[in-house]
Amino acid sequence: MAAKKKERGASEPTPEELVRYYREMLLIRRFEEKAGQLYGMGLINGFCHLYIGQEAVVVGMQAVAGPADSCITSYRDHGHMLVCGMDPKGVMAELTGRAGGYSRGKGGSMHMFSREKRFYGGHGIVGAQVPLGTGLGFAHKYTKDDGVAHVYCGDGAVNQGQVYESFNMASLWKLPVVFVIENNKYAMGTSSVRHAAGQELYKRGAAYGIPGEPVNGMSVIAVREAAIRALEHARSGNGPYILEMNTYRYRGHSMSDPAKYRSKEEVTKMREQHDPIDQLKEKLLADGLIDEAGLKEIDREVKALVTEAAEFSQASPEPDPSELWTDVLIEA
Amino acid sequence: MPIEILMPALSPTMTEGKLAKWLKAEGDAIKSGEVLAEIETDKATMELESIEDGVVGKILVAAGTEGVAVNTPIAVLLGEGEDASALSAAAAPAAAVPVAALVPLPAAAEPVYASFKRQTVREALRDAMAEEMRSDASVFLLGEEVAQYQGAYKVSQGLLEEFGAERVIDTPITEMGFAGLACGAGYAGLKPIVEFMTMNFSMQAIDHVINSAAKTLYMSGGQLQCSIVFRGPNGAASRVGAQHSQDYASWYAHCPGLKVLAPWSAADAKGLLKAAIRDPNPVVFLENELLYGQSFDVPDDPDFVLPIGKAKVERAGTHVTITAYSRMVQVALDAAELLKAEGIEAEVINLRTIRPLDIATIVDSVKKTNRIVSLEEGWPVAGIGSEIAAVMMEHAFDWLDAPVVRVCGADVPMPYAANLEKLALPQIEHVVEAARAVCYRR
Ligand SMILES: Cc1ncc(C[n+]2csc(CCOP(=O)(O)OP(=O)(O)O)c2C)c(N)n1
Ligand SMILES: [Mg+2]
Repeated sequence: MAAKKKERGASEPTPEELVRYYREMLLIRRFEEKAGQLYGMGLINGFCHLYIGQEAVVVGMQAVAGPADSCITSYRDHGHMLVCGMDPKGVMAELTGRAGGYSRGKGGSMHMFSREKRFYGGHGIVGAQVPLGTGLGFAHKYTKDDGVAHVYCGDGAVNQGQVYESFNMASLWKLPVVFVIENNKYAMGTSSVRHAAGQELYKRGAAYGIPGEPVNGMSVIAVREAAIRALEHARSGNGPYILEMNTYRYRGHSMSDPAKYRSKEEVTKMREQHDPIDQLKEKLLADGLIDEAGLKEIDREVKALVTEAAEFSQASPEPDPSELWTDVLIEA
Repeated sequence: MPIEILMPALSPTMTEGKLAKWLKAEGDAIKSGEVLAEIETDKATMELESIEDGVVGKILVAAGTEGVAVNTPIAVLLGEGEDASALSAAAAPAAAVPVAALVPLPAAAEPVYASFKRQTVREALRDAMAEEMRSDASVFLLGEEVAQYQGAYKVSQGLLEEFGAERVIDTPITEMGFAGLACGAGYAGLKPIVEFMTMNFSMQAIDHVINSAAKTLYMSGGQLQCSIVFRGPNGAASRVGAQHSQDYASWYAHCPGLKVLAPWSAADAKGLLKAAIRDPNPVVFLENELLYGQSFDVPDDPDFVLPIGKAKVERAGTHVTITAYSRMVQVALDAAELLKAEGIEAEVINLRTIRPLDIATIVDSVKKTNRIVSLEEGWPVAGIGSEIAAVMMEHAFDWLDAPVVRVCGADVPMPYAANLEKLALPQIEHVVEAARAVCYRR
């Protein structure tokens, strides 16, 4: 409890915390790169949506999450799972559809869960996770466990009607929910200018009395700061809060997307000038919080974790054929 | 160790592609994320990014090469202070997945109760919810008008007063939203009862019923359950037109991961709703507005509950089996009385559970009667009768003395006019006629 208090009150991250954020973002980046590679080798199939470029969002949010908080997101979910504490081996093995995966190979990239880590998926229907996450918030309030639901969705998802149904109920019933809109500027090939009337998505809850703010989603420090405010608001019974994370995905929407709807220059500019990992790295070095040797060491550790995950995901057997028939219903 | 770069699969269907262009030459340094080459697939030109830092050691496939198979080594990347050397890559072998057979549920005997009380279906449903809410604090009810108004059809009468506004919750008119919210609460371990004012409006929310409730246990490899009941009046009411008169039994019965119940009597309603609330799975519970006010004997026993997946023989007979559910059970029983006068003894089976269907009880009956008529209010195409006909082919073909006959609602949207509405719904005469037909007594 004491630790939680301190976390909530603190506005400045400690040097150790900053290094941890760096490590977490790097883990997501390397994990996703490896997933892309395994996809290229035909070991991962179907839809596979990478989170590269958006790492600061979930790392900054989780940095100040409370012990009972829950998390739910869309199909672009690998990063969220890693930062929620799920084992990279289990995540990667699910991507390869193996028995060692979080869903024993039956969910795939878009459908993984961990009750233990309070990560509730991994949802493939755009927008569906918003009312589902509002329900997690409902449960936090019902059980008075002091938790807040972190509900992530994309810029495209906020055009779904059910998002507004959720905003209405969440505000009406003062549910502890933080809606995190990951505005990566595109919904597949449609830019937000072409899909959203009004570009200030953080205002989309205004009609329901939900405060919202735009956040530099490429800065883990900015995300963390906004998250403290939003979580505090939701946790103290004031109802939901909206954070619009201005972010960017470097890769295509999914593996098969050549991303012809945007210019190379646009991508290069975001990568070179706004990369969340590079930015934090520079800060760490400039402030003398770590040296090159320290960075190398983190690099090595992260690489080892990812290599281990990739090896596990290939060594783990395919699910037993009998698995086809299990988990349809719970035997009452 | 040097890293072999393989021809990537850039879409789920790609098997080969053209190596259009190298953006790096041998000896060039490359950082992870930098573009190494351009690959042309059948659909588009894609960039191949390096996933490691290193130096391009050797290019194995020249630019412009067509038909490069996925997984062919195309280049070698060297780490610090390395030079090219032998490499190997192994792909995992695929295994065939055989298909298993379906096993019907075993039969179980229903206990006998000593005393009964006369109740309407409405009261029975209310009592079932109240009793379960008393015994399990995680059970709550939400829906439109369920609290202050006491239920659009007064099914939740008195629940707000007893359990308070935290557990009996009036929602906005927002079916997709509150069904999704309830599923989320279910993931978190609560046990929601979702009331749809009528099942017609569950169409707004069917995505959550199927995609969020029914499939999650499977998609999570058994990790995440969703214990939830979706209930409300189903089927034709009276003179409310096409959008408010539809039987959704076959819609929901189609979906693995759901249980689908359709009670007829007040005892069915009470015993099955209690079972549905206790069940750890998502249950769709199809009530009927026209039955709410009808009274039946209900076992007066605090432990009364009915098993899911078990049909009930409401009337024994030897000449023909009639299956029905919900309000149609009464139609079947009425038809049986008329048939009796003609010397035909019908066995009437109240299905009670639509999914999983109690195949054993139906088959046992048909082994005795050798004839079967399926009765339902819903449309014929891909209906419950179609399913029963198929099940008879699979499990009772050798016992059938006549083809299965379906009595269904007319294959049209429900008309409003009184005479047309009557024509659109199965009537006692239709059932009598069908029974005569399978008995070859036309
Ligand atoms: C209801 C629904 N409609 C369409 C799709 C297909 N689809 C998958 S992702 C996507 C774009 C969503 O974009 P956004 O919400 O911005 O999220 P991002 O992919 O950028 O993270 C679409 C149209 C879907 N999965 N679900
Ligand atoms: Mg987007």
